[in-house]
Amino acid sequence: MWVKLEPRAEPSRAMIYVSPLLAAGLTLATGFVVFTVLGFDPLAAFHAFFVAPIDDLYGWGELGLKVAPLSLCAMGLAVGFRANVWNIGAEGQLTLGAICGGGLALAFPDTESAWLLPGMIAAGVVGGMAWAAIPAFLKTHFNANEILVSLMLTYVAALFLSYLVFGPWRDPQGFGFPETRQFQDAATLPIVLDGTRLHAGMPIALAVLALGWVFMMRSFLGYQIRVAGLAGGAAQYAGFSHKRMVWIGLLAGGGAAGIAGVGEAAGPIGQLLPSISPGYGFAAIIVAFVGRLHPVGILLASMLMALLYLGGEAAQMNLGLPSAVTGVFQGTLLFFLLASDVLINFRLRVVRRAPGRVAPTERAT
Amino acid sequence: MSPRPPAAATPRLALTGISKAYPTVVANDGIDLVVLPGEIHAVLGENGAGKSTLMKIIYGVTKADAGEIAWNGEPVRIDNPAQARRLGIGMVFQQFSLFETLTVAENIALAVEDSRDLDALARRIEEVSARYGIPLDPKQLVHSQSVGERQRVEIVRCLLQKPELVIMDEPTSVLAPQAVRKLFETLRLLAREGCSILYISHRLDEIKELCDSATILRGGKVTGTVDPRDESASSLARMMIGKALPVFAHGEADEGGEERLVVAGLTRKADTQFGTDLDDIHLSVRSGEIVGIAGISGNGQQELLAALSGERTSREASEIHFGGRQVGRLGAAARRDLGLVFVPEERLGRGAVANMSLADNALLTAHRLNMVRFGLIRFGEVRSFADRCVDRFNVICGGVEADAKSLSGGNLQKFIVGREFLQEPRIVVAAQPTWGVDVGAAAAIRQALIEMRGAGVAVLVISEDLDELFEICDRIAVIAKGRLSPAKRTSETSIEEIGLWMSGLFPEGPATPAEASGVG
Repeated sequence: MWVKLEPRAEPSRAMIYVSPLLAAGLTLATGFVVFTVLGFDPLAAFHAFFVAPIDDLYGWGELGLKVAPLSLCAMGLAVGFRANVWNIGAEGQLTLGAICGGGLALAFPDTESAWLLPGMIAAGVVGGMAWAAIPAFLKTHFNANEILVSLMLTYVAALFLSYLVFGPWRDPQGFGFPETRQFQDAATLPIVLDGTRLHAGMPIALAVLALGWVFMMRSFLGYQIRVAGLAGGAAQYAGFSHKRMVWIGLLAGGGAAGIAGVGEAAGPIGQLLPSISPGYGFAAIIVAFVGRLHPVGILLASMLMALLYLGGEAAQMNLGLPSAVTGVFQGTLLFFLLASDVLINFRLRVVRRAPGRVAPTERAT
Repeated sequence: MSPRPPAAATPRLALTGISKAYPTVVANDGIDLVVLPGEIHAVLGENGAGKSTLMKIIYGVTKADAGEIAWNGEPVRIDNPAQARRLGIGMVFQQFSLFETLTVAENIALAVEDSRDLDALARRIEEVSARYGIPLDPKQLVHSQSVGERQRVEIVRCLLQKPELVIMDEPTSVLAPQAVRKLFETLRLLAREGCSILYISHRLDEIKELCDSATILRGGKVTGTVDPRDESASSLARMMIGKALPVFAHGEADEGGEERLVVAGLTRKADTQFGTDLDDIHLSVRSGEIVGIAGISGNGQQELLAALSGERTSREASEIHFGGRQVGRLGAAARRDLGLVFVPEERLGRGAVANMSLADNALLTAHRLNMVRFGLIRFGEVRSFADRCVDRFNVICGGVEADAKSLSGGNLQKFIVGREFLQEPRIVVAAQPTWGVDVGAAAAIRQALIEMRGAGVAVLVISEDLDELFEICDRIAVIAKGRLSPAKRTSETSIEEIGLWMSGLFPEGPATPAEASGVG
């Protein structure tokens, strides 16, 4: 008896949605095994990892704090991914957004104007877009690979932020710690849910997801992006400019990541630190694909990813597991998603005998 | 070659009850086929009738679900092409599998066993090519060869293995009429020596001329085994498509109106090493006329089409004019804004997006028809336009929400033609509009082209199908090695003359006298 992978006549629409669920389930199952092998009571570990972090309102607020940057970055990336523009540098664009938005707050230390926050967000968008514009320019003018350029710029952005907080922007009253001064109230995002730390970044993220849906599914430009991603030849045939798709794809990712960066700086942190994000920009790549590049899917996938972050922190504190466990789960999730996606185009069939023969002769030359 | 038993003895190849099902379609359904030694046996059928699947089963590329194969009377199992070759089965594919950067001899060495010594192999190649009248230079690099020459490489490679059965898959689709004559002589010589030939085609006249017997397939089943010399073209067609060939009306030959599409001295280097450079191309298409461009594929058609559609822009705006306006530097979208529509040769991936619905595919180029407002798509408009395409061109599909890839080639082509023609164009450019399309759809598409002409549109058709061009065109030109011949009135030329021109032998001169003087 064999199990055979057989091509489907057409891709299974059900599997497109089942596959992420299957991947999530298999990731949890793997976690179960990992916990057991490490010598923990798997059920207790499971509870500590996946349930305890969100068994009260405060926990849900913490979840939202992480959902906002993840879904923002993933939505922006999804626009590019749909057009086969592979922006891997959302982490750097997020950092630049935080630098520009935070820089505005630092430049106006005494302002209590209600325009400061919108200004910071706008500055964050501009900063993220500017960082994404570099790979876009190099791609459209020199055909430089946007994957490499955007990825490497992430490290440049991180070092630039370090330079600022260790150097010119360091808080003179900060006892020499590498951090800027705390932002004033007018430069901090307001709390939207009492009793939690959840701030206005979450509603902004939801608005961007809604906007993303309208853009991708209802606008002609979004349609052009989808055509460019599905069939480059057809986009060329219809006269849709490829350069334009590259620019839109990268700028959307950069702008959304920039907002996420401002949300981090002007959120619970309230200042700039040498490291502003625990890898949201990279995790968002996984979120975008687990969410099938669709806004609703991205929201659900970013909740799962946020839970992995929270669970990782909880496991560190309560079980004494290393923080790398978060990365292990992220990687496992992507691994299982890519594997499950095979079932979109193939199906498993149980074969009872050796496959394929011209019955019934056995003679071969 | 080894001595062979006399004809009428054991069949060289006998298939019994061969069946093969794919997830969506039964490609072969209980097929019986008998090929005698030294016989040229035609397998006739439309695209999708199951010819290619059957040949792949014989050549060991695919395995049948059921059925038996007997080779020289012995039941056999053919698991892979190497085994088929050891039995003595050779195949010349429609798509060539040659490395362009290698020489003829090197390419053949890759496929022929014990051929380490290239010089000895070159001598064997020369022997075989002399014996069967297939001129071939073993030292030539493949990328410098024409399509016809590449086919000769494939044929010689096949013959070097001393086959007893040669499968030829649509061999004449890439050949000029004169080259077809040559090929037929070679095949007859082979058959006289006792080698059997399975000749796959849908060209009735060729089969009547060449073949001793014919097995006709329709929808995966055998609908007849006949002697084609005793049949008429229409009786063969009836067996092949299940009904009589449709006929359609061509309007009066016309002088045409004003010049709509003018190409003036288009010269361009190819994008890739293996492309064709365009060399000083001059062409004019008037409103209300159909101009055809004949030629064997790979002679610059792709490059010319990309230059006309705007997918590749010119450096000089004056190289291409639309109705007096210089458009050489405008992109595809801007040229469409000026009234150009284009039916490309590749349907999926260029003319349509496989994984999008027909409605979404209508939007691809017809968005100019008021389908976008404030940057947002007006889905109602899109759907009603797609419905009109489906109705007007009788597209068989599961509604306009069906994915483009779920349609058969002919139906998708009708949809694309509908989408382009219903945009009320001023200029139509169509590449191989009926290639791989069933006979009924082909007639509908040709009729639509003629209606466009009647509506005063300038129509340019680039096709390898000479019969088609002679059927619908007012004037015909030939493209060969990146040069375009003068366009001749269809009534003043012949298939023989155009065939001769296809080898590159045509009178010099940028345009016909009629064009040069500016009157139609």
